[in-house]
Amino acid sequence: MRSWTGRIGAAIVIVLVLVAAIGPLVAPYSPTAIVGIPYQAPSGRFLLGTDSLGRDVLSRVLYGGRTVIGLASVATLMAYLVGVTIGLIAGYRRGLTDATLMRAMDVVIAFPPILLLLVLATGAGANALVLVIGVAITHVPGIARVVRAATLDVSVRGYVEAAAARGERSGFILGREILPNISSTILADVGIRLSGSILLVASVNYLGLGLRPPTADWALMISENREALTTQPPAVVVPALLIAALTIAVNLVADAVARSFGTSVEERGVAR
Amino acid sequence: MGVRTARPPLRLTLAARHPALSFLARRIGAALLLLLVVSILIFAGTQLLPGDVANAVLGRNATPEALTSLRHQLQLDQPASERYVDWLTGVLHGDLGESVSAHTAIWPFIRPRLANTAILALCTVLLMVPLALALGVLAATRAGRPLDHFVSVVSLAMISIPEFVTGTMLALVFATTLGALPALSLIGPGETALDNPEILILPIATLLAASLAQTTRMVRAGMIESLRSEYVAMARLNGFDERRVVTRYALRNALAPTVQVIALNIQWLVGGIVVTETVFGYPGIGHTLVDAVSTRDIPLVQSIALIIAAFYFAVNIVADLLVVFLIPKLRTAQ
Repeated sequence: MRSWTGRIGAAIVIVLVLVAAIGPLVAPYSPTAIVGIPYQAPSGRFLLGTDSLGRDVLSRVLYGGRTVIGLASVATLMAYLVGVTIGLIAGYRRGLTDATLMRAMDVVIAFPPILLLLVLATGAGANALVLVIGVAITHVPGIARVVRAATLDVSVRGYVEAAAARGERSGFILGREILPNISSTILADVGIRLSGSILLVASVNYLGLGLRPPTADWALMISENREALTTQPPAVVVPALLIAALTIAVNLVADAVARSFGTSVEERGVAR
Repeated sequence: MGVRTARPPLRLTLAARHPALSFLARRIGAALLLLLVVSILIFAGTQLLPGDVANAVLGRNATPEALTSLRHQLQLDQPASERYVDWLTGVLHGDLGESVSAHTAIWPFIRPRLANTAILALCTVLLMVPLALALGVLAATRAGRPLDHFVSVVSLAMISIPEFVTGTMLALVFATTLGALPALSLIGPGETALDNPEILILPIATLLAASLAQTTRMVRAGMIESLRSEYVAMARLNGFDERRVVTRYALRNALAPTVQVIALNIQWLVGGIVVTETVFGYPGIGHTLVDAVSTRDIPLVQSIALIIAAFYFAVNIVADLLVVFLIPKLRTAQ
C-alpha cells in the first residue's frame, strides 16, 4: 500500500481493533453495572463521567467496539461465502441456472439496504442475528455479479477446459481452477463492503432495531445518551468520534486497496 | 419501360417508429413487474414469524380476547396468499389499510408525513445537484493538483461518517453549544415544515454531508474519463479555449453518466432520510417507519416500504427518460 492516506487509515483501524479487543480487559467497571448517579461529569473516579443510568462511560466505550467491528465483519464474511458461491455457479453453469440466479439478485438490489433491514426486523424480530443476516443479504447481489462476470471470463480459458476434458468434477473446477484465478477481482472491494457493513450495522443499532440494551455498543450509546448532549457531552461525543474514526479509517484503507487493484470507491459507492 | 418493381409496403412496427417510446414502455413494464415481486417480498418479509405478531404488538399481559381480535384484524386466521391478494387489491384502490398502533386509516395518517419527507428530500436534492456538478467539474479539471486531493480526501471522510453521527455532532455544535438552531425538528399538528424553515437546516446539512460528497466524487470520475477522450483531445487540437472544451465537449458527453450518478445518489438518500429524520425527531415517513418497526405495526411498515420501493423505481425510470432525452443517438438507434 503506497498511499499515505491508506497507511494512516490502516494505523487507525489497528488501534481501534486493539481498543475493542483489549478494552474489556482494562475497563475499570462492568459495562452494565450502575456505579454512580446518572450523567455525572468526568472525574477521577469516572474518567468520562456516567451515562443515562449511571454506568461508567469509559467502561462502556472500551466494551462497545466489539459489537460494531464483530457484527460487520461476520456479515461481510457471510455475504462473501454466499455471493461467491452464487456467482461461481451462475457463471459456470450459465443457461437457465444463471438467468434464474441473476434475476433473483436483481430483486434483492431493488430494495434500498436500510428498507430491507427494517422489513426483516419487522418480520423476524429486531435482534443482532437478523441484523447480521440482513446486512449480508444486501451485499450478496453485488458480490455475485462481480464473481459471475469474472467466472464467465475465466471459464473459457484453456486450463479450465483441460480440467473439464480430464473429467474433473464441477466442484473441483470451481474451487481449484476458477476461484484462485479470480481471487484478486473478488478481494478488490472487500474493504468497501466492510465499510458499508459497519455503516449499516451502526445505523440500525442506533435506530434501536438491532442490539438490545443494556449491551454496550458505540451506536446504541449515542442514542441512549442523546438527551445529555449539553450536560454530559462525553457520553455522546466519545462514541460518536470513535465510530467516525473507524468508518473513515476503513474507507481510507478500502480506497487505497481498491486503487491498487485499479478500481476506486467512487465506481462502487458506499451502500447506505 | 413499364417494368414496375414491386416495392414491399413500408410497414414499420411501433417499436421502429418510436424507439425511445418503446424502450421506455419496456422499462416501465419491467419495473412494474419487479415492483410486484418486491411487494410480495415486503408482504412476506414483514411476517416471517406470523404467530408471534399479535403477542409482540400487545405485549405479555394481553388478554386472550384482545389477541383473538387483533389476529382477526390482521386477518392472521386466513391463508397468507389470500391476505396478500386482499392487501394488494386494497393498495391498488388507494386503501392502505389500518395502522395497528395508531388505530387510524394509514393513508390520512402518513399523507402529511409524506409531504414533510418530500420537502426535506427536495430541498436536499435541489442543493446537492448544482453543488455536486460544480465541485465535481472543478476537481476534475484540476485532477492531481492540491485542490483535487483536498476535495478527494475530505469527501471520502464525509462519505464514511454515518448520518446519525453527523447529525448528532451538528446538533451539538449548532444547537446545544451555539444555540443558533433547534436540536430537534418538531412540527406541530396542522403545520408543515415550511412554517418553520429553520428546523430544516440541520437535517438538510446532515443529508448533504454524505450525499454531496458521494455525488461529487462520482461526477469527478465521469468528467475525468470524458476529459481523457479523443473528442476532447481533438477539440483542444482545434485550438478551442479550455473553458469551451470543458463545457461544450467534456461536460456534455459526461451528462448521461452524470444523470445516472445523480439518480443513484437520490436513491441512496432513502437510507439517509430514515436515519436523519429519526435523529432530529422530524415527522416524516422515515421516522414513522422506524416507529412502526419498533411497535411491529405490520400494515404501516408494509405501506411505507411499498411507497419507498415505488419511489426507488420511479427515480430509475425518470433517469432513463432523461438520458434518452439528452442523448439524441438513443432516440433513433434500434
